[in-house]
Amino acid sequence: MDAIVFASVTKTFPMNAQRMLARGYLAKWLKRGSRERFVALRNISFRIPRGQTVGVVGVNGAGKSTLLSLVAGLCPPDEGAVTVRGRVSPLLQLGAGFHSDLTGTENVHLNAALLGFTPEKTAESFDQIVEFSGIGPFIDQPARTYSSGMTMRLAFSIAIHGDPDVLIIDEVLAVGDQAFQVKCMDKIQQFRKQGKTLLFVSHSTGAVQKLCERALWLDRGELMMDGNAADVAAAYEDGARVNVGTP
Amino acid sequence: MWRGDYFYLLRNLVLKDFRTRYRNMSLGLLWSLVNPLVMMTMMTFVFTKIFPLTAISKFPVFVLCGLVPFNFFSLAWANGTTSIIDNAQLIKRVPVPRETLPIASVLGNAVHLTIQVVLLLVIALAFGTGVNRYWLWLPVLWACELVFVIGCALLCGALDVYVRDMRYVVESACMVLFWLVPIFYDISRVRPQYADIYQYNPIAALVLALRNIILEGKPPRAVLLSKLFLVSFFMLLLGWSVFRRLSRRFYDYL
Repeated sequence: MDAIVFASVTKTFPMNAQRMLARGYLAKWLKRGSRERFVALRNISFRIPRGQTVGVVGVNGAGKSTLLSLVAGLCPPDEGAVTVRGRVSPLLQLGAGFHSDLTGTENVHLNAALLGFTPEKTAESFDQIVEFSGIGPFIDQPARTYSSGMTMRLAFSIAIHGDPDVLIIDEVLAVGDQAFQVKCMDKIQQFRKQGKTLLFVSHSTGAVQKLCERALWLDRGELMMDGNAADVAAAYEDGARVNVGTP
Repeated sequence: MWRGDYFYLLRNLVLKDFRTRYRNMSLGLLWSLVNPLVMMTMMTFVFTKIFPLTAISKFPVFVLCGLVPFNFFSLAWANGTTSIIDNAQLIKRVPVPRETLPIASVLGNAVHLTIQVVLLLVIALAFGTGVNRYWLWLPVLWACELVFVIGCALLCGALDVYVRDMRYVVESACMVLFWLVPIFYDISRVRPQYADIYQYNPIAALVLALRNIILEGKPPRAVLLSKLFLVSFFMLLLGWSVFRRLSRRFYDYL
């Protein structure tokens, strides 16, 4: 059973989205909608079976974040279809659901609710979340006093305690210290053993090889390569444009 | 997509608004009492001492019947309109059901409304209006206003993403509404040919119904109530359907 399926997915964004003033609307109306669009992903297809750990590599602007947003259900594709089965927990940006004036405890409740926890589930896993994050007495301090590492620890800890079927991680782990990264890696390994799916974006090909069995290489919105993590990492580092069919 | 606990989420979003707004203020919640009291005193002074409107007795209660629903409406509408843009980070990074953001923002303001309603009733009793059985209509009236404001917030919140001038449109509309709702004047002074404008304005209808109940001890007119009811639910339906349609593209425009 596949956890994530992309079938010929294309995603575009409007150019100059902010310049939609009265003048812009008038021009659009006169030209009958011939506005330029930026193609973030072009005709992407792949399937990820349940329990696979997949890395996504590519230079800045290659479309990695757009791909993760589609998986997280934050936006619909323009063409094609995205199918995701199970509960998704996205960690797309450091402290996205955090409010700097709220304390750690309040932020845990807010983020748990945002991720779809029930109140019972939050109460039940609260101690584990704090324990795993290892931020100790800072849990009663406002989040503005946290370092980026501490914010990430708490955010990661909440995300994994939501018992997701699919975990999406966008580069955020990089800000953790060595000890916490090791802890995260352990947790992710445990996660894999439970047959859960992980989608992981990183600029570090080392981390991708260590963690993932498979990798996708995106470049300017196109899927350059899809295959064994070590092969993809090597090809990406060489900048070689090897086209390998889906395994 | 999102299969979480809707009410838990709403509760947490309202709490967030509430905590972040008041945490660093020494007066905190008391502010929701200060504003209507100051306005009530000022208007009573102006309209009993400077331009005396002698026909109106218990002027402080009269004016508060206008101010409380109007204040809630204008604040909740304005906050609801900017709620999507203010939470752009959330919309772009967390698959939270988007309609919860304007709804939570309106509900946050409803907490102030509750406090101000209590203030209104206390002042009404202090002026010796007494409790009557028509007070049972009051929760229904406030619920209608809540429904109406949620509709407005959904509609304008969604539009604000595409047309960022929306918040200024709302601001200006509230200024106009301050004069078009009979807050400090009596509807009987409005000539019949203009009175039609007031017919379909739910905030004006609410003010009139409140005065019927609290000041005159009369039940509100059935026509007035049914129009209030219809317009409120129509607004909710309109807001909801526009929001549903527009929210699919929020990500692209934030």
